[in-house]
Amino acid sequence: MAVAADSLTGGFAQPVYDSQAVFRLMMDGMARPGTVKTVATDVGAPAPLGLAAGAIALALCDHDTPVWLTAALQKSAVPGWVSFHSGATITREKAEARFAFIEAGTALPSFGLFASGTQEYPDRSATLVIEVAALDDGKALTLSGPGIAATRGMRVKGLPDGFTGQWTMNRALFPRGVDVVLTAGDRFLCLPRTVLITLAEG
Amino acid sequence: MSDLATYNFAYLDEQTKRMIRRAILKAIAIPGYQVPFASREMPMPYGWGTGGVQITASIIGPDDVLKVIDQGADDTTNAVSIRAFFAKVANVAVTTHTHDASIIQTRHRIPEKTLLEGQVLVYQVPIPEPLRFLEPRETETRTMHALEEYGLMHVKLYEDIALNGHIATTYAYPVKVAGRYVMDPSPIPKFDNPKMHLSEALQLFGAGREKRIYAIPPHTAVVSLDFEDHPFEVQTFDRPCALCGAEDVYLDEVILDDKGGRMFVCSDTDHCEERRACGCVGELGVKQEAAE
Repeated sequence: MAVAADSLTGGFAQPVYDSQAVFRLMMDGMARPGTVKTVATDVGAPAPLGLAAGAIALALCDHDTPVWLTAALQKSAVPGWVSFHSGATITREKAEARFAFIEAGTALPSFGLFASGTQEYPDRSATLVIEVAALDDGKALTLSGPGIAATRGMRVKGLPDGFTGQWTMNRALFPRGVDVVLTAGDRFLCLPRTVLITLAEG
Repeated sequence: MSDLATYNFAYLDEQTKRMIRRAILKAIAIPGYQVPFASREMPMPYGWGTGGVQITASIIGPDDVLKVIDQGADDTTNAVSIRAFFAKVANVAVTTHTHDASIIQTRHRIPEKTLLEGQVLVYQVPIPEPLRFLEPRETETRTMHALEEYGLMHVKLYEDIALNGHIATTYAYPVKVAGRYVMDPSPIPKFDNPKMHLSEALQLFGAGREKRIYAIPPHTAVVSLDFEDHPFEVQTFDRPCALCGAEDVYLDEVILDDKGGRMFVCSDTDHCEERRACGCVGELGVKQEAAE
């Protein structure tokens, strides 16, 4: 199969500084769950991969991190693009993946199928990057846990069905579990496995 | 210049940085858990802060302002050389003022000033495993962490009380992070332990020789282990800093002569200097205007 031209375009203009900038947003986001971060550099990720999701892939993935993609992403230019720019291999096995990308509007795969680490090595777990419609509108949720002073509000539009239920089960596994990044265009927020999500009152 | 070896920004290559960055993200997601990472050789010996240096190199960007302290001091060999290292390989701004810094790399102290949101404190850690001196086998300590089996640590603290009448551990005092993992806070004096509790700053710990990274997110409960009848206590000093008169700070003893003369001064040099600049003066201090 010929390599699609849009697999080769894009990428970080300045890989060293841009990947550092994206990582720092991600580090700060993981340390303060629920805070919305905005990625400044356009990496030209092919549709349907969002800007923030594409930037996260390029900043953190490489030949050490198998990447899992949904069926729709598999059929797009995304596998070629991720492999070309980051060197990561695309895997069809959810349990092998260190990163998984899920575009907006797809049925959420069960978190339990992804690596959640072992009790001895809970860090050997997947990070799921899930695209939603918006992060400033829609369902109001309340977060609490490490990184949050008391509680922090979060609004998500287009959160996949069954997300909060799956999250509760994921959190019960602690210290095992997956970590989630919700992305919407150039914006994202992080949900490390320690976070407790409840429906906001009222 | 052209025949000199050239390095990537912040010394480490990009693949190494990505590997360390992924470890940092997992460390933040599992507060207090030690994430193994592929520690690299650095242009300084193990034991000189290679773990902290690798973390700093992986998180630092051109807009960061770096402060490095060694036992609280900005002007000791380790602090000066690591600061110079990053000024050279990353061309970043450096400072000695705690509140001007975005990244503070530290060896064995937490600054006296309360850290702010957005600051990152990077600790250099010699032995990251709090259970290591009780159980030398890594396979065993890993299982103990997995099963949350920390009874041995309480036995050790109890033996302190049985032998000495009080908990004699004064530095690297074990803490429990977010109610789950028992963690070695690196050899900071136990005086500094309360500063880790619900801190506004992100705290990252790097052990280069032992190849471990761990973290405490901001606003996270960090509880020093103790007993109901022997609660955790910090050191107290019976006199203020001799130079700036500060109380409630951690003091270093400085020998003045060979006749038994000594003084106790702030271990945090930046804190001491700022107080003296504001006109505070201790019993052996000189008023700033007079000194100039």
